[in-house]
Amino acid sequence: MSNQPLLNIEHLRLSFFTPAGEVKALNDVSFQLEQGDVLGIVGESGSGKSVTAYSIMGLTAYPGRIVGGEIHFNGHEIHKMTEKEMRSIRGKEVSIIFQDPMTSLNPVYTIGNQICEVIRLHTNKTKEQAHARAVELLSLVGINEPERRLKQYPHELSGGMRQRVMIAIALACEPKLLIADEPTTALDVTIQAQILELMMELKKKIGMSIIMITHDLGVVSNMCDKIAVMYAGKIVEYGTADDIFYNPQHEYTRGLLTSIPKLNATEHERLVPIEGQPVDLLNPPAGCPFAPRCKSCMKICLREMPPYTHFSEDHYSACWLTQKKEFEARKGGDRT
Amino acid sequence: MSEKLIEVEHLKQYFDVGSSMFKKKYVKAVDDVSFFINKGETLGLVGESGCGKTTTGRTLLRLYKPTGGKIIYDGKDITNVDMLPYRRKMQIVFQDPYASLDPRMTVADIVGEPLDIHKLAATKKEREEIIIEMLRRVGLNSEHANRYPHEFSGGQRQRIGIARALAVRPEFIVCDEPVSALDVSIQAQVVNMFEDLQESMGLTYLFIAHDLSIVKHISNRIGVMYLGKLVELADSNEVIFHSLHPYTKSLISAIPIADPKTSRASKRIVLQGDVPSPLNPPSGCRFRTRCPYATELCAQKEPEFREVSSGHYAACHHLDKIN
Repeated sequence: MSNQPLLNIEHLRLSFFTPAGEVKALNDVSFQLEQGDVLGIVGESGSGKSVTAYSIMGLTAYPGRIVGGEIHFNGHEIHKMTEKEMRSIRGKEVSIIFQDPMTSLNPVYTIGNQICEVIRLHTNKTKEQAHARAVELLSLVGINEPERRLKQYPHELSGGMRQRVMIAIALACEPKLLIADEPTTALDVTIQAQILELMMELKKKIGMSIIMITHDLGVVSNMCDKIAVMYAGKIVEYGTADDIFYNPQHEYTRGLLTSIPKLNATEHERLVPIEGQPVDLLNPPAGCPFAPRCKSCMKICLREMPPYTHFSEDHYSACWLTQKKEFEARKGGDRT
Repeated sequence: MSEKLIEVEHLKQYFDVGSSMFKKKYVKAVDDVSFFINKGETLGLVGESGCGKTTTGRTLLRLYKPTGGKIIYDGKDITNVDMLPYRRKMQIVFQDPYASLDPRMTVADIVGEPLDIHKLAATKKEREEIIIEMLRRVGLNSEHANRYPHEFSGGQRQRIGIARALAVRPEFIVCDEPVSALDVSIQAQVVNMFEDLQESMGLTYLFIAHDLSIVKHISNRIGVMYLGKLVELADSNEVIFHSLHPYTKSLISAIPIADPKTSRASKRIVLQGDVPSPLNPPSGCRFRTRCPYATELCAQKEPEFREVSSGHYAACHHLDKIN
């Protein structure tokens, strides 16, 4: 049983059928996640990182539809499941924390009500037991006076507090996988530090896996075991944190790293941005989606999608340039 | 010694938030803030949401009527004067490029409107020339002039907002979180553009942002705000590498560094609790409720914002003990 990864996504394709045409939000996305690992998905808006997460939860919204590929999670075939079957695992085996804690809690129910709802739905605990569990959860996520807080409404809490409540709800049934969709983007840095620390602490305690979706490279750098970099609905590079930060192979990953100013630089270094505009998903380029913005674009890049080049077991990227290098190295090797 | 372009003395901006039976209630968004900006310099202003950085920027431009204090622009007190002539010299770029452009105006009209108001173009042809010149400066071209904002991406919209600010050839621009709504790769483009424009047009910036790495990158000096007060102000490198105030220290250590080895090695100071409500700020030092060094003195007496070393200001009672 242990050789089966917790989550296995294979060749997932997902499109939104809008009046203006088909938007390919995910274009052949594959990755695995082992039990207890933290995977970071980074990318810009529209790169498909949130859509990936939502598809694991079975939350693909109309007019979106999975058009191909498979999602295997903990023995379930998510891509085949009905809404009713999905409801039995959503919140229990896999749960999600959304970006904006201001809008993801229901304003007309108390905090206690919303935590107990999850517990009562997935376990056969009585009202009193559920309440006791809710108190326990709130102290787990570091909220003082849990008894009093349970009676409060979301508007009475600060942003950081609300995100803690969201985490409490997500963890209520000790899920195997927690998806965090930009959990700290709406929060201030000092609060962000609190929440990230809390998530790592809870991960150790409960032993769940985490998928961390963010656009902040700083956040993934110290939290994640593996990082997937997405661009225009495709994973363009995948590797360990060290691979991505110290040995990036894709031009897009490199561009991202040179785009962010370094806080500890003593001299003023000019930023090297990625030129051009984000890709228009309604009319994506024929070949590599990044080709129009790429400094090292070749003819083939405009025509064909590059296959993955593997540098080590868990470091690969999709770029013709690395394909070419590998091909040349192999040719050179043959001669000797 | 370089010349001061803007000087702010004891600036106060209180917002009336209704009154209880006898007492009026205020949010002290900016409370007794003093600083200056030299000609051609970029002053960065950082802090968490609600700390008053945006309000400081807007009050500086007299978009709000200041409750107290003085604003001096180029040697003249502008606290109570007619702002129209000064609006040509002082401009602003807003945070959200989706909300700050009128969706029913073409790009040419958006950029041209300030020209009409200040009567800077004598003929239609001249107006058009200036508009195209401005679009070119921000990396757009004449084809874009007749389109509407919704046809552009976020980064391009921010460029339009910048072109509008530049149209009147200002001397001073308040940049209010101009890149925080943009994607990382586009942020770098816009930041570089701000730097180029500063050099070619001799601009002075007040650069407001919550992202300390970006502020540090673009600013000569940085001011750190907390709950309506400036707590530290110094040279950018001074602030980052030799910060004095405990809030600045924790703010710097809270920033996730995009470098796995450094971030694994560094120890974080994680501040406990939330920012208190500005409606009812703590007595004495406003940071004391979250400060690891707070003592009784901090609750009783407000620390003075003083010059600790040349050009390095900080407001804390325990600077000697901490550093």
